[in-house]
Amino acid sequence: MNPKTKSRLGWTVVTVLVLGYSLFPVAAIFATSFKTPGDLGNQTFLPTSWTWQNYEMIFVGDAQGLFLSALRNSIGIALIATFIAVVLATLCAYAIARLDFPGKRIILGAALAVSIFPVISVVTPLFNLWRTIGLYDTWPGLIIPYLSLTLPISIWTLSAFFRQIPWDLEQAAQVDGATQWQAFRKAIVPLAAPGVFTTAILAFFIAWNDFVYGISLTSTEAARPVPAALAFFTGASQFEEPTGAISAAAIVVTIPVVVLVLLFQRRIVSGLTQGAVKG
Amino acid sequence: MASITLQNIVKEYDDGFPAVNDVSIDIEDGEFVILVGPSGCGKSTLLRMIVGLEDITSGDLLIGGDRVNDKPPRERNLAMVFQNYALYPHLSVFENIAFPMRLAKGKFTQEQVKEKVERAAGMLELTEHLQRKPANLSGGQRQRVAMGRAIVRDANAFLFDEPLSNLDAKLRGQMRAEISQLQRSLNTTSVYVTHDQTEAMTLGDRVAVLKKGVLQQIASPRELYEQPANLFVAGFIGSPSMNFLPGTVSEGSTGSTVLSTPLGDIELPEQVAAAGREKEIVLAGIRPEFFEEASQVEESRRGRGSVFSAELSHVEWLGNEQYGYVRYQNDPRVADALANLAADMDADELRTQLVVALDAMSRIRGGDTAELWVDTRRIHLFDPATGENLTRDAEAGAELTRLAAEDRRRDRERAAAHAD
Repeated sequence: MNPKTKSRLGWTVVTVLVLGYSLFPVAAIFATSFKTPGDLGNQTFLPTSWTWQNYEMIFVGDAQGLFLSALRNSIGIALIATFIAVVLATLCAYAIARLDFPGKRIILGAALAVSIFPVISVVTPLFNLWRTIGLYDTWPGLIIPYLSLTLPISIWTLSAFFRQIPWDLEQAAQVDGATQWQAFRKAIVPLAAPGVFTTAILAFFIAWNDFVYGISLTSTEAARPVPAALAFFTGASQFEEPTGAISAAAIVVTIPVVVLVLLFQRRIVSGLTQGAVKG
Repeated sequence: MASITLQNIVKEYDDGFPAVNDVSIDIEDGEFVILVGPSGCGKSTLLRMIVGLEDITSGDLLIGGDRVNDKPPRERNLAMVFQNYALYPHLSVFENIAFPMRLAKGKFTQEQVKEKVERAAGMLELTEHLQRKPANLSGGQRQRVAMGRAIVRDANAFLFDEPLSNLDAKLRGQMRAEISQLQRSLNTTSVYVTHDQTEAMTLGDRVAVLKKGVLQQIASPRELYEQPANLFVAGFIGSPSMNFLPGTVSEGSTGSTVLSTPLGDIELPEQVAAAGREKEIVLAGIRPEFFEEASQVEESRRGRGSVFSAELSHVEWLGNEQYGYVRYQNDPRVADALANLAADMDADELRTQLVVALDAMSRIRGGDTAELWVDTRRIHLFDPATGENLTRDAEAGAELTRLAAEDRRRDRERAAAHAD
């Protein structure tokens, strides 16, 4: 065996191991979501008979009210939080990458500090504050804390991205007759688009996956997102675990994530700046 | 098209460092002016102040007679070619060139844009590449796209920021010629920044030499070469560099005036000697081509120079000519001056060796002792303390620059006649 095929074989083994390790739980939940209630405890991986029963339950059955409203909340809140975070972070990161102003390092440092601050320590005071000012169990009541999660990472990734874009392009645009804003929009934004998309996806996932804020700052279907709602599923009787329904719901909420990655995979093309300057 | 006037321009950074210090230059309409100097001399900063990307700390900048200090770049109507071209990677070559016109909304119709871009592309041989993206172009083609973007605009002036420094040597020569011809045919005022003295000499109507933010001399290439204002200009302009030989002017044994150098006595003509007589020690600036092998010099010219013998350490044969090297012992009194000069020019320590241009046919080898003749009338004497050129003939220099201006006028008339 020559060294090349050997290394290729090695990489294949490693890849399969990693894929198996990370995808097995997903596969298990996927299989579970198609099991009948009687099948749940039988300790086999695949269901003995495939059924849509669990999906029916969350979309049209008993759990419908709980799940559909939660899905709506999740999509709405995550999208709004992502949108606000990306717009703010784009402007902020642009300023950080391009302008020299006092406090630049403080902004980056504070963003980092906020992102490593444990969520659980904020949640109790926030709970009290939100109840006092009437934000408890509302969409803004979740969007605002989600911004604290999504903004820092957006600012960091975007400012790293903006730094790669040659300054000269913008100056060239200005010399060519553009205002500062036009230079930003026509020369920088098209180049930054892949970075902005990447950031948006990251931010969306963070908001989409949050559980702690979701369960602590909501009490009804008015704002409760899916990860929190899953905990409120009930079985057919109090002695029955709603495992099947939870699995089905988990698969449903995974789908947007997978779709997003597949859709934007192409947009996350680096190397768009190639040729702007001699590399 | 417009003239550009710089009056006592100063650029001081926040830490008080003056990157450009009190520079005044008058650039005539249609003139091609080069800003040259080693890195960090402020030439790029000066250019960026003209275009408006850098604030002016004090002084006045006039374009076509209007003060533009406080105008943003887009209102100055200047076109700039950046060192790294700064092409928009997401736009095709066509759109890159059309970009300035697209920004001037409503000023150009679709047909006008198309026509102008195609004309520029034709001039720059880019016609078949118009639909490609910059990433797929070669360095020279990108360079031409950047120029295309500049020329479609009918700008007041072209500004070039080291446009050729990213190209390989062969292409650089070719692009240099193209830029020169383009500027002549369009007759647009141009300011060109470079650290390469060859580019400066070949392109410029006038060349401004800068050192540490201070203008040393602005003159035609010929004047810079023949009548440099000081040691720095003399050393910077010309390749290989001028030799600086330490020496003392004294009365020789035969009644003539000689310069006593580590290589022996060199007889000096009276007007050169007179300038250095007062000084304890001077640096004699002798360009390599002032030397010749004594045996090659015709009898009639022999009297205008002086002959000495020296041992060559090695020679370099280049085909069209060859360079001989002569080592000598430096005088400690000028060591500091030469070390400073080397630092100013961004060079390594100047070697204490003389570079001598010899005829390509000469069979002299390293180790031989050669009889060398030097044209003493062209020698300049410099004061090592101040760097000042003691033998500079300002009138002769001004005459050279005046002749260059006349040449330019002729070029322009020819270009105009050609265009009709």
